[in-house]
This record gives sequence, structure tokens and C-alpha cells, in this order.
Amino acid sequence: MSAPQLEIQLIAALVAVACALPGVFLVLRRMAMMSDAISHTVLLGIVLLFFVVRDLESPWLILGAAGMGVLTVVLVEVVNNTGLVKQDAAIGLVFPALFSLAVILISRFASGVHLDTDAVLLGELAFAPFERLTVLGIDLPKAVWVMGGIVLINLSLIAVFYKELKLATFDPALAAALGLAPAALHYGLMTMVSVTAVGAFESVGSVLVVALMVGPAAAARLLTDNLKRMLALSAGLGVVSAIGGYWLARGLDANIAGSMATVTGILFVVVLVLAPERGLVALAQRRARQRWEFAQAMLAIHLLNHEGRPDYDEESKVVHLQEHLRWTPDFAAGVVARALEGELVQHRNGNLELMEAGRELARQRLMH
Amino acid sequence: MTDLAIEITDLTVAYQDKPVLWDVDLAVPTATLMAIVGPNGAGKTTLIKAVLGLVKSAAGQVLIHGKAYAEQRHLVGYVPQRGSVDWDFPTSVLDVVTMGRYGELGWFKRPGKTEREAALEALAQVGMADYASRQISQLSGGQQQRTFLARALVQNAQLYFMDEPFQGVDATTERAIVDILKSLRAAGKTVVAVHHDLQTVPEYFDWVTLLNVRRIASGPVAEAFTEENLRLAYGGRVAFLSPHQHAPSEPAGGG
Repeated sequence: MSAPQLEIQLIAALVAVACALPGVFLVLRRMAMMSDAISHTVLLGIVLLFFVVRDLESPWLILGAAGMGVLTVVLVEVVNNTGLVKQDAAIGLVFPALFSLAVILISRFASGVHLDTDAVLLGELAFAPFERLTVLGIDLPKAVWVMGGIVLINLSLIAVFYKELKLATFDPALAAALGLAPAALHYGLMTMVSVTAVGAFESVGSVLVVALMVGPAAAARLLTDNLKRMLALSAGLGVVSAIGGYWLARGLDANIAGSMATVTGILFVVVLVLAPERGLVALAQRRARQRWEFAQAMLAIHLLNHEGRPDYDEESKVVHLQEHLRWTPDFAAGVVARALEGELVQHRNGNLELMEAGRELARQRLMH
Repeated sequence: MTDLAIEITDLTVAYQDKPVLWDVDLAVPTATLMAIVGPNGAGKTTLIKAVLGLVKSAAGQVLIHGKAYAEQRHLVGYVPQRGSVDWDFPTSVLDVVTMGRYGELGWFKRPGKTEREAALEALAQVGMADYASRQISQLSGGQQQRTFLARALVQNAQLYFMDEPFQGVDATTERAIVDILKSLRAAGKTVVAVHHDLQTVPEYFDWVTLLNVRRIASGPVAEAFTEENLRLAYGGRVAFLSPHQHAPSEPAGGG
């Protein structure tokens, strides 16, 4: 591998981690679509600040963009608070307005500069290694410094405010009652998302920002019930998507950012299907197991109900289960076989008889 | 004055121009269990939220043990409605209970052994010791309510606000919660609870506030919980079985 190839993958991985960390909180707060809005409207911030400073390299652009991200959140809340429009619609109203304003401004007044709308959507990761910056004698692509810095900032903010972010996300009312300013944390988080979006979007474009904020976090949620592990998994899955996407792009000779987003999507589907406890396969297995368990409990309760009654002989014959419980012959045979194997029932003179475990099961199930 | 746990004067809360609470005065003595009752939309939850500063009041003053809430946060515990949080959040029962200590810890400090032990003790108090490491999405409604109660207990407050602590719990849990409320009162603490079951008011509480946007009545159950006041609060929607204290519960539940 050549140095630029390694550098591209490094940038992609840093972008993925930077996005995947705040993405966890967006997903848990059911604000995933806010990342879509912010990653587009930051462009307006960049354009407006560019008109002021006339320099695309200026760090002021990041501040302006972050401010526009927060303004997007505020505007969505204002529209939502009128009570006339729901939040999803409010997002759909606010961000296209701000984004299209940016597009018009660029095409009308800034068409000569390096600010084109294609790059906004998909980024220019392949060219990122050409733009270099030497810090402390180390020569690396500028994007590595920028995204590395954003990863560090996001990591330290989440580490320092972990407890507060957790409470403000789980129970904002208690957070407010305890004086742990959930509103300030909310806007702090939105600022983090905005800064991340600006940094990331230069390299990978706004579409991938959304994919990397939502995809890895949503997949991580399916893999763990622990917030810290969810953060780590989200970052890890982000890195896998980034590196995997790079190699997919090479294999297909396609756009890197697009390939990364594709791998993010594929990874999510794989997790959705195969996640150990929450995945679709695990779910189907659990349902099937529960169906058999429930049927065995039904059988035990049925036998218990008729125990000692004159109709017991009649009711406890396997063939009668089909008729009385309306089970198909195959299903009845399956249930009886499992109940026999689990020593819930035993055969006696052609009838089924409850064993101690079966009687206990029936009693337990009847109590609940 | 300081033997009053809560002193509310002229509290008015409005959403846009629609008043939700209209000029409410309230004085609750220390070491009482007070029920807030009233029909749906009477402003019961809003009253608690206004006291805790969670909704803005248009007018009025609230004193907690003689001072403003912001100065007395550490004295106040809060049990929100069970349905107000996402029980699918990735965390454990112990972690949720530990959150009750976050106020005392303040910013930046992390919960440690002391907090964990306090949380385990509170879980034992509510009969949930075996569930500490359980994922919260696996809890039943009653267990969720007990978890919330344990979280309030670790706040080690003097005054507790509970929004429908009996909502959706079974008889055993209800009994257990009542016992805990009574032990809080025995320890000199004050509890204010939004309550829906009118029948159990005299049995569970010793003080009651009847609310319907305005304060209809407030005082010891024997004085304030009268047929006439109930009729004023519920607007004749309550049919009375006996003329004294045993009114049936209101027709519909909810906020």
C-alpha cells in the first residue's frame, strides 16, 4: 500500500469515529434525522462566513458552520413549538430552506472558488492526501489533523460529561430537577454534531456524515445493552465501514464516500439479521422456542385440570389432544415428544400422565 | 414558617394563553403524606413540574422549607411518571437508581463505591435487590415503579414529589410502596403524590389537595376530602356510594 492509500483510510477511519460517537446520543434521543439536517445546513454557515473572511482555509468557517448547525436545531424547535407542525415535518421544512439558500449563494456569487455542490454531497476523499499540513514537524494530510482533533474533542467531551449526557438523554426531567442543565447539554451535543459535520463533510460529504452518525450507532444498539459498550461498538463499526468502504471502492473503481455509506448499510443489515439477542434470527428462534414452551405448558395445564376427574382417561390420550386443543397431528406429536423428553409427562397405559416437573410447571404458569 | 415543607402562593401556569393552574395557594406541613387529586387535565402534574421549575410559571412563588427551589434542590426528590422515560434505554436497574445521586455528585464527578452501595441499599428497601444488574427493558410495570422509587430514595431528600407512583402496579407493589411512604413520613419526611384512586386516599394519605385548575380544597383528609369538595373538583362526575369517605375512583385514568 502506498502512503496516500494509508492516509485515505486513516482519514476515513477518523471521520467514522468522530461521527459514530455523537451518533450514539442522537440515536438514543430519537434525533437521528437531525444529523441529516445539520450536515446539510452547515454549508450555509460556511458560505456566509466565506463572504466575510474570503478564505476557504480559515478556521472561522468551522465556527460559522457550527453556529448554523445549532441555529438549525433552534429553528426546528421554533417551528415544532408552534404546535402546528410535527418535528419530522419541521426538520423537512427547515433544512432544505437553509441548504437551498446555500446552494443559490454558491452558484450565484462563489462559482469561481473551490466550493462546488458535488463535493458537498459526496466529498473528495481521494484528493484529501494532496492538501498537507505540517504540525510539530509531522507532515500529514490536513484532514488527518482536523478529524483527529475532532475525534479527540468528541472523546474528551463525552468522557467528561458522560454521566450528565446519560441522564439528560434517559430522563431530562430528573436532570433538570437535579440542576444538571439538560438544555445546555442538548445544545452542547448539537454543537458537537455540527462541528463534526463540518469537519467530516469536507472529506466525505454530507450524505456520508448522516450514514456514519446513524448506521454504526443503530447497529451498536442491537449488539449491547450497555451505553459504554454501545459507544465503543459504534466507533468500531464505523471504522470497519470506513476501511471496508475504501476497499470496496477500489475493487469497484467507485466513489469512496459512496462505498463507505454502502458498507455502513450492509453492516447494519448484517447486524439486524444476526445480532445475538435482538437480531431477526435470534428473535425467530426465541419465538419458536416460546411457542413450544407455551404448548407444553398448555398440555401440562390441560392434564392438571382433568386430573382425578372421570373424563381423565379420555382427555389424556394423545389422539384427543388434536381434537380438544385443536392441534395438528404433527404439532401435537412434537409437543408430546418434547414434554416426554423434558420429563414433564410420561406414558401410562396409553394415556399421558403428569410428572412432578410438569405439575410444577402447570401450577407456576397458572399463577401468572 | 419553617415547619412548612411547601408554601405556594398565587401560582399560575399557562400554556400559551390557556391557564393550566390558576392562582393556586398551598401550604403543606412537614412530615405529611399529601395526595393531589383531581380530574384529567386538572393540572396535577403541572403543579409538581412548576414547583420543580420544569415548567415556567406565569406568576406566583414557591418556597421549599422556606427558600426558593434552586437553593433547596438537595432536599427534594422526584419520581416522574413511569411512562415519561424510554425503558429501552441501554442501562441497568442499578445504574438508573444510581442516577438519583447525580445531583449530590454535581458536575464532572463520577459515581463510585459509595453511590453504588447506596443504590443497592435502596433497591433492597423496595424489594428489588435481586434485580440490580437486570436490563431495564426487562422490568414489569411494577418493577419500573419500584426502580423509580429506589432512585428517589437514594436522593435522601426531605421532600418527595411523586407523579402517579401507583400507576399500573399490582396490589403487592402498591402495598409495598405505601409502606415505604409511611416509613418516609415516620422519618420526618414529606411526600406529595399525584393520586388517581379516590377510594384509597383516606387510607394512604393524611393530607389532600383537590385540584381542578384552581385549588378546590387543601387540608387534612378529614376536613378537605368531603363530598362537596369532590363534587366541586370533579363537576358532579363522581357518583358517591356512601356519603362519607368512600367515593369510587374516577372514571378514566391518565394525566
